[in-house]
Amino acid sequence: MFPIVHTRQLSDAVFEMGVTAPAIAAKARAGQFLILRVAEGGERIPLTFSDWSAEEGWIRFIFMRVGKTTHALSHLGAGDSLADVVGPLGVPTHVDGVGRVAVIGGGVGAAVAYPVARAMCDAGAEVTVILGARNADLLILEDEFRALPLKDLVITTDDGSAGRKDLVTAPLKELCAAGALDHAMAIGPAIMMKFCAATTREFAVPMTVSLNPIMVDGTGMCGACRVTVGGETKFGCVDGPDFDGHLVDFEELMSRQRVYNDLEREADAEYSRQCSCHS
Amino acid sequence: MPERGPSERARDFKEVTLGYTEEMARGEAERCLQCKVPTCIEGCPVNIDIKSFIGRMIEGDYPAAVSVLKERNALPAVCGRVCPQEEQCEARCVLGKKGEAVAIGRLERWLGDYDLTCELDHRCVPEVGAPSGKRVAVVGSGPAGLACAGELRRFGHAVTVLESLHATGGVLTYGIPEFRLPKHIVQAEVGLLEEMGVEIRCNVVVGATYTLDELMTAEGYDAIFVGNGAGLPVFMNIAGENLNGVYSANEFLTRVNLMRAYEFPKADTPVMRGRKVAVVGGGNVAMDSARTAKRLGAEEVFLVYRRTEDEMPARKEEVHHAREEGVEFKMLCSPEEILGNEGWVTGLTATRMELGEPDASGRRAPVCVMDSSFVIDCDTVIMAIGTRANPLLTATTPDLEVTKRGYIVADENGATSKPGVFAGGDIVTGSATVILAMGAGKRAARAIDEWLSRDAE
Ligand SMILES: Cc1cc2nc3c(=O)[nH]c(=O)nc-3n(C[C@H](O)[C@H](O)[C@H](O)COP(=O)(O)OP(=O)(O)OC[C@H]3O[C@@H](n4cnc5c(N)ncnc54)[C@H](O)[C@@H]3O)c2cc1C
Ligand SMILES: Cc1cc2nc3c(=O)[nH]c(=O)nc-3n(C[C@H](O)[C@H](O)[C@H](O)COP(=O)(O)OP(=O)(O)OC[C@H]3O[C@@H](n4cnc5c(N)ncnc54)[C@H](O)[C@@H]3O)c2cc1C
Ligand code: FES
Repeated sequence: MFPIVHTRQLSDAVFEMGVTAPAIAAKARAGQFLILRVAEGGERIPLTFSDWSAEEGWIRFIFMRVGKTTHALSHLGAGDSLADVVGPLGVPTHVDGVGRVAVIGGGVGAAVAYPVARAMCDAGAEVTVILGARNADLLILEDEFRALPLKDLVITTDDGSAGRKDLVTAPLKELCAAGALDHAMAIGPAIMMKFCAATTREFAVPMTVSLNPIMVDGTGMCGACRVTVGGETKFGCVDGPDFDGHLVDFEELMSRQRVYNDLEREADAEYSRQCSCHS
Repeated sequence: MPERGPSERARDFKEVTLGYTEEMARGEAERCLQCKVPTCIEGCPVNIDIKSFIGRMIEGDYPAAVSVLKERNALPAVCGRVCPQEEQCEARCVLGKKGEAVAIGRLERWLGDYDLTCELDHRCVPEVGAPSGKRVAVVGSGPAGLACAGELRRFGHAVTVLESLHATGGVLTYGIPEFRLPKHIVQAEVGLLEEMGVEIRCNVVVGATYTLDELMTAEGYDAIFVGNGAGLPVFMNIAGENLNGVYSANEFLTRVNLMRAYEFPKADTPVMRGRKVAVVGGGNVAMDSARTAKRLGAEEVFLVYRRTEDEMPARKEEVHHAREEGVEFKMLCSPEEILGNEGWVTGLTATRMELGEPDASGRRAPVCVMDSSFVIDCDTVIMAIGTRANPLLTATTPDLEVTKRGYIVADENGATSKPGVFAGGDIVTGSATVILAMGAGKRAARAIDEWLSRDAE
């Protein structure tokens, strides 16, 4: 069992959780993820490390409440435990020598962007962070980002309730056009990453994306996480989750992410019937 | 052996075969001639003293029979169910030459079950040696790892099994379906190992959570056995393979067995319940996938195989069961392309094959029949064409020698190129059988024991 030591609600649907897991904390790197099960009978879901302490033996992750498992997770607090946590999985994000870089976090993707941006700052990169959200309420980790030695922090919202009323691709395009980037990294919904990739391709700025295909084991055993990159099949869990954004088949990724939508709604509905505190 | 009728059993995940009653087991045991020179034993990859355990059964001394069995095999209830006995011990039985061989596998199963269901204090827990002060890490809790762990405990070493999934058993748990090998049996046999003092830690991915070197240095293990199996799924690299509705057998079976997707939505993990399912392959894995798809409610399940039924590597009994349950065999067919519409599978194009001249190995290779493509109408395709070595562990251990295809190089006792690291099972041999993996685990345990005592001098 993995004891929960910390929880915090970041917005209506976004939560942070800290768990004691010393062996994992000792090895975690920016861009890597864990797989957890809330309880017996539960689904295995992947979540990215948002923070960790090797010395104190804890890891943190940030999750958005979207379906049954993340709902169940959001109801737990310090003193509760998770049945299983395994990791660190995936290849750490490449942070050395990236030079002038834009790190784009869309929605809950900001949770993944944060440790990546921090690691890049530590590695001496010149980092501009672009955070995008539908509205101000959905923006997370703004203070944490502000505490990093960033070159710039640009905020965009769809409705203009915070920062610029724009999509993340607008400031990204400006940076590309100004010749101010050696590299870009996008983390968020597949559709956002797809448009970021299209933007940087136009200016031939190399682009990394952090993909989130559906996973089961996370160790290369099942092949659920297949993604096509440059015409080749790759496994998101062991070859990624980071890939060259200019080579990813985003249409296929988005299609594969929807495989279980109908079934998941069924599971969530069943869960709501049983759990009265479910919103 | 009694079994449930095909129409009843193909609708649930309960065991297909029911096993002997005590009376039937005794009766079958009594057919054994107790040969002076028992040839059956030579046919057993771990040389179980078959004559002697059957002898004890004839006398009605079941606990003694169990302990004879367990001298060589810690998982009799598992092996009694899944070993290809017809090619091993039973193939060598003298009675088999003229009539029917003694059903050694079924007797083994009966004894294994007897041991698991009898009162706790009668259970045969193998004796553990005096503490040696040495600690061994076993990577993987499949048959190779479990057999190795049990044997190492007998020698008195402290043993920790590290397993990447949240449950133990390896393929026994995530691959072989419940209806062929009930999971409570696997867990009970693993429980016996824990009673012997084997420590089991799930959720540890060696190569990620710890490297082999870290296990030896920071974690202080004196030796390591690697039994991480060959769990990397193989695809055909044909068009349409990443469409929604295409599964590797590993994913499909893992969702159903390990994650219990057949109980969805009571269990959280979903699986697509295809109406028309094409399974590509002809081994045990393909049979298991096809029969599982039936049980999930498929109206039609096609088994698509390149050669003929005679060449199919699956056990005859499983082929027979699959056919009885309504799996339709499409032999001499090779998949060409998976068809789709808006991201979802709509069919599988296959080409007819015929068997050509025998090649160097004597096997007749299938060759395409020109212009013979046809479409199999289906909404799900399961690729059961084999697995390979997973590079996760070896990639982080550069000084561990591997073959071109990524399997770990080890001698017959499991010694690898890295001092103190031994390996066995599918990760050395490629996909094989439960009993061969167990045999490899046990031989490695003996070699580890020797290596540790040499170390002490
Ligand atoms: C490498 C990786 C890192 C991720 N990091 C984060 C993170 O830091 N924060 C965060 O909020 N989310 C993250 N996700 C997404 C997260 O795994 C899903 O939101 C979660 O699985 C939803 O589970 P659910 O049961 O609550 O919802 P469901 O109702 O089961 O699913 C909702 C949607 O989530 C996705 N999903 C469902 N099951 C899985 C699965 N087993 N694996 C992957 N995706 C799935 C599908 O697109 C699905 O349509 C990450 C995914 C991957 C692959
Ligand atoms: C569907 C199916 C049906 C089969 N049917 C039969 C049958 O009827 N009869 C028969 O004799 N054989 C059968 N086999 C083959 C048999 O199951 C295997 O040969 C046998 O399980 C191999 O044992 P193993 O211990 O080497 O590996 P596995 O059983 O594969 O176990 C390896 C274990 O290591 C774990 N692991 C992997 N990587 C790591 C890591 N990095 N860190 C920690 N743990 C790790 C895995 O999760 C797994 O639990 C079947 C196989 C399949 C897939
Ligand atoms: S999640 Fe199973 S192979 Fe990647």
